[in-house]
Amino acid sequence: MERLRRTMMFVPGNNPAMIKDAGIYGADSIMFDLEDSVSLAEKDAARMLVFEALKNVDYGNSELVVRINGLDTDMGKADIYAMVKAGVEVIRLPKTETPDDVVETEKVIAEAEKFFGIENGRTHMMAAIESAEGVLNAPAIAKASDRLIGIALGAEDYVTNMKTHRYPDGAELSFARNMILHGARAAGIAAFDTVYSDVDNTEGFNHEVEIIHELGFDGKSVINPRQIPLVNAIYAPSEKEIRNAKAVLNAIEEAHKKGSGVISLHGKMVDKPVVARAERTMALAKASHLVDKEGNIYVE
Amino acid sequence: MLNKVNREIPDEILKDKNYKPFETTEIGNPETTYVAHNVKVSQGNDKLVDSIKDVIAKVGLKDGMTISFHHHFREGDFVFNMVMQEIIDEGFKDLTLAPSSLTNVMNDMVIKAIKAGTVTHITSSGMRGSLGDFISHGGLKDPVVLRSHGNRARSIENGDIKIDVAFLGVPNSDAVGNANAIKGDAVFGSMGYSLMDAKYADKVVLLTDTIMPYPNTPASVKQTQVDYVVKVSKVGDPEKIGSGATRFTKDPKELKIAKTVNQVITHSPYFKDGFSFQTGSGGAALAVSRYLRESMIDKNIKASFALGGITKPTVDLLEEGLVNKILDVQDFDKGAAASMANNENQQEIDSSWYADPYNKGAAVNQLDVCILSALEIDTKFNVNVMTGSDGVLRGAIGGHQDAANAKLTIISAPLVRGRIATVVPDVTTVVTPGDSIDVLVTEVGIAINPRRKDLIEALKDVPGVPVYTIEELQKRAEAIVGKPEKLQFTDRPVALIEYRDGSLIDTVYQVKD
Repeated sequence: MERLRRTMMFVPGNNPAMIKDAGIYGADSIMFDLEDSVSLAEKDAARMLVFEALKNVDYGNSELVVRINGLDTDMGKADIYAMVKAGVEVIRLPKTETPDDVVETEKVIAEAEKFFGIENGRTHMMAAIESAEGVLNAPAIAKASDRLIGIALGAEDYVTNMKTHRYPDGAELSFARNMILHGARAAGIAAFDTVYSDVDNTEGFNHEVEIIHELGFDGKSVINPRQIPLVNAIYAPSEKEIRNAKAVLNAIEEAHKKGSGVISLHGKMVDKPVVARAERTMALAKASHLVDKEGNIYVE
Repeated sequence: MLNKVNREIPDEILKDKNYKPFETTEIGNPETTYVAHNVKVSQGNDKLVDSIKDVIAKVGLKDGMTISFHHHFREGDFVFNMVMQEIIDEGFKDLTLAPSSLTNVMNDMVIKAIKAGTVTHITSSGMRGSLGDFISHGGLKDPVVLRSHGNRARSIENGDIKIDVAFLGVPNSDAVGNANAIKGDAVFGSMGYSLMDAKYADKVVLLTDTIMPYPNTPASVKQTQVDYVVKVSKVGDPEKIGSGATRFTKDPKELKIAKTVNQVITHSPYFKDGFSFQTGSGGAALAVSRYLRESMIDKNIKASFALGGITKPTVDLLEEGLVNKILDVQDFDKGAAASMANNENQQEIDSSWYADPYNKGAAVNQLDVCILSALEIDTKFNVNVMTGSDGVLRGAIGGHQDAANAKLTIISAPLVRGRIATVVPDVTTVVTPGDSIDVLVTEVGIAINPRRKDLIEALKDVPGVPVYTIEELQKRAEAIVGKPEKLQFTDRPVALIEYRDGSLIDTVYQVKD
């Protein structure tokens, strides 16, 4: 089953203290940033710092992502080579406009893998979409490479491009979110929502997470560890959902034991999407510490 | 010889200063005799004195005597510097300085007194900043003796500290010496530590800026104990006595640690109706109070008492009815000090009642849960709160050794601070022995003292709280910051760390430059 990606925590690539501690907050993915949060003078230092961190720091089960500088800059290629060598799981392209951007980056990644004697295809990719053109190309971008694990909305640049700004109700992002989500789902990859920068506004943040949770996003980009439990709480299944999911999975098991092909539960047919949803519910329940390793609901 | 925590204690110190090496955290039931103090009978009519100079003459201060102060005014203290300056000016020599502790605002004056030969011996709970630096570089010939609050009470009672004159600043007093710390400009709440001095010093001098009509009640210090009352212009700076409004930390790492501490408490066998706790001060401790409050409401559990240095969040729990009583030896902020005046369930206690190992039972012996900090903790769970990673004195024992007597003692500390590991193979200085520590909580997970098999069982499946061995945590810290070079010391002792029973647990040596 594909992994949970409820939260992707942004960590500036030039901040040793935050890099060192990034693993302790339970983020599903950690994204070290070499791009916008690092000034030009610190680009080389940040690349080395993130390289060493990837090699030496224990980040537990978190998926490790690095946002590189674009290939249109002097740093892009060096970033890719260093991160591929460090063994990063996912390289994130900034400001992706067309499928060609993905293809170009993939070429360099493949070169780097070959150069370092690393198995071809081991380094995954994701693409951040941050402009009108990118949004319109989202379905094609999502299918541009087998290495892609997901696409993400970067709203700050996008709203500027759209001659608007962020609003509490999120109407300005409605089209982009739906395009990206449909692009991702059609390609069978993950969809990440943008950051919410007012870290002390819990209410506003929760409202936005509820919107994207309803839409079906895999998760949200977070810029402060304090936002992680908020996202997880909204993504946590209810006790009823967990019981239901357990019943579905039990029915499947029973049916398999009996060798029966058609499965029904409470008179309703249990088909593949129902099973997939049940599996995801149980994975979320486990990640939210609502059930133990065996799937039993914690009784407090 | 090596003591029980494997620290080399120089034989000449054991012999010359009549020390026993640290053996055990078990106090047992020894018999002891308390000392009595000298009393000069007074009818109480001529206690009010105009100046510090006059009072020094009246109490008969002599070279070689022991003088004491309290540190309740913390960084807002004016009294210590006024009195010490006068004593230096009058040319006294060879005094022993025995305050409850030394705060940074006193540092320059202590160094001046040492350089003038006025002070030649010091005992304290701790020292920081320029004074710690001065002492660690060999500024005082005789090693400083560092004692916990409970141990200071014990030492005063049995004569290890014989106070000739106590100079005690108070926010108010009447003309015959009835005083408290809950009224006046410079309120600090509980007079806890200074009550020992008032009870046991031969001469007790109060210094105050506010003379109240007789009889001034409630009286924490009583007229029966006081020789003289000196009116001074100002005893302290209210802004610096205690921190103002408490702000909860937003530091995600501190919050993570605090949340984990709370999970350890609530999953322990001690979290039940009527339990008791001590949280201490500092960002993480305050955050623990918040999480603990939520858990107590959630589970409908109330605490019988909170103990120790008290903060506003603890007072809030009292007012909310989640805590029945506060036993208060010291107040860390204005809110806690103000509440002392208004809430009859906030009981002022002296340091003997608080933590003394050699009385008929101290409050720490009734304590269920205690949260303490650490500069370093080692793989034997020994804790250092005294010397920094450079080997220099920069801390205070406070009630650390005493409160560690709780049934569940939790050390809350980050794995590393900056580029310095907190969890180390061996602490620089052993202050609190690992035998009295039960759980270490860090941001990556917890380690449980192998001695506590019951807690290992109780805490093995707490959601989101990984359990490591302390060796594993030490290795993780080392993986981040590497192995530091060994500190270089000379063979000259600059400070002796006593355990709470008066035995010697460690020695601090002069640092090599």
